[in-house]
Amino acid sequence: MSDYIFYPGCSMESSAKAYYASVMAVCKPLGIELKEIEDWNCCGATEYLSLDVTPAYALIARNLALAEKQANGSKTVIAPCSACYLNLAKADHYMHEDPAFGAKINEALAAGGLHYDAGTLAIRHLLDVVINEIGLDKVKEKVTKPLKGLRVAPYLGCMLPRPDYNTRYSDSEHPDELDQLLAALGAEVIDFPLKTHCCGGHMTQIGPDTAFELIRRLIASADQYKADVIVTVCPMCQMNLDAFQGQMNSYFKTNYKIPVLFFTQLMGIAFGEKPEKLGFGSEFVSARQAMSRIGVETPEPVEQAPRARKAEGLPMPPPLKKGGSTSTEEEA
Amino acid sequence: MTEAVSVLAHPSTPTGAEDLSLLHEVALRTPGESHVEMCIQCGTCGGSCPSAAAMDHTPRAIFAMLRAGMRDEVLKSNTPWMCVSCYFCTVRCPQDIHITDVMYTLKNMSLQAKQYDTTAADFSKTFIAMVEDYGRSFEIGLAGIHNLKHFATRLPNMAPMAIGMLTKKGMSPLPPKPIKGMDQLKKILKRAKELEAA
Repeated sequence: MSDYIFYPGCSMESSAKAYYASVMAVCKPLGIELKEIEDWNCCGATEYLSLDVTPAYALIARNLALAEKQANGSKTVIAPCSACYLNLAKADHYMHEDPAFGAKINEALAAGGLHYDAGTLAIRHLLDVVINEIGLDKVKEKVTKPLKGLRVAPYLGCMLPRPDYNTRYSDSEHPDELDQLLAALGAEVIDFPLKTHCCGGHMTQIGPDTAFELIRRLIASADQYKADVIVTVCPMCQMNLDAFQGQMNSYFKTNYKIPVLFFTQLMGIAFGEKPEKLGFGSEFVSARQAMSRIGVETPEPVEQAPRARKAEGLPMPPPLKKGGSTSTEEEA
Repeated sequence: MTEAVSVLAHPSTPTGAEDLSLLHEVALRTPGESHVEMCIQCGTCGGSCPSAAAMDHTPRAIFAMLRAGMRDEVLKSNTPWMCVSCYFCTVRCPQDIHITDVMYTLKNMSLQAKQYDTTAADFSKTFIAMVEDYGRSFEIGLAGIHNLKHFATRLPNMAPMAIGMLTKKGMSPLPPKPIKGMDQLKKILKRAKELEAA
């Protein structure tokens, strides 16, 4: 087992619980021991940088300072969320590249009794660690249930491949690590042309028309390639493509139904884990039909139950039945 | 055509008439080496931008306007606010300009000049107000408050999704538990804001 410092990020505790569950389920068999940063805070996503650059980087750097203090042998921080990953990497990079800026951020941290030496930690995304540290051979060893017959669209989005400080990761436009990983799991991987295009990010909240078009492009392309599922590495991408697929469909009068899963959920299935332990059933577009193609039965997503009528509601006549008799009479 | 010439002038060309103070301010406020002054007006940024259609000026035009010192026009533009932070422009720029980071700087400046006119700024403010209270983000609360304020007419269509967030995804409608180091975080952010203003 190798120790890694772990920064989960806020989504893992709310909208991306499936990601958290499946990350935990696959790291153990791969020998990745995750030590969560104690009392970490939100990375500010793309929002704090929009308001105020210095506080935004100070917010991010508090996590780096805590991680550095906690680092015991391991200097690698794993962040499974692409936005968290980029923010942490970006803060580390700019504090290192621009010493005056680094000093300013450390002056802010000092108000809370903290300090971070830029460049001491390696900030990496989980996918990068799985591919480049653990290696595909080890992954293949763990596969007990190959995903044979499942057509997958590998989708990375923006913030993992770009801007890629210190080239820790790989190509910024056509990376193929996720393709390799999914192929190692036995899946049929399509050559997804839009794999690093944008999911719309926060535009679903501020300019839905723009967001729906970006979501449509990705879903339509995956559909053209007859993908059974889209595989993501980021909670925001998963949310936009899955939870907003319905609204996008009504906006464009289309009827796409492509499930969107985290790469760790498919790794878990290939490693023989139970779907229930991997967060299946929490998706908006059910993955049940797609997964049944490879003989895996996943839970049906919970449908909203129709609201129960209150017994003490307004007095209404009982519903009429054929022949004029009412249901209450029949029951009686 | 004289304007076009001054826009394309190399920084070292002594034109005498240029006011580069706006360009310099943006460069100073952007962390690291932004190379903002290196734009050659090739337009790769706008051509790569997934939300260019929603912008009132393409990123290329914004860089020309910065060079031309058109402060009010730049800070009133919705361009930075429509940026989705995809970084396509940044990695494709032949001059290695950190375009996405420059867009963040322009958002900061337009907020301070109180010239922004989009719901995007308000979304950021609501998001961060919660982070400053809890140390964590609060997705459900954020989406609820933001949409009530700006897209109330869309709320009926969103109801099924909101319910799905609670039932399928098992999200809590309650705010997150504040982090233990809330006092520490507040002190850090207070100092950072003072340093930003300095």
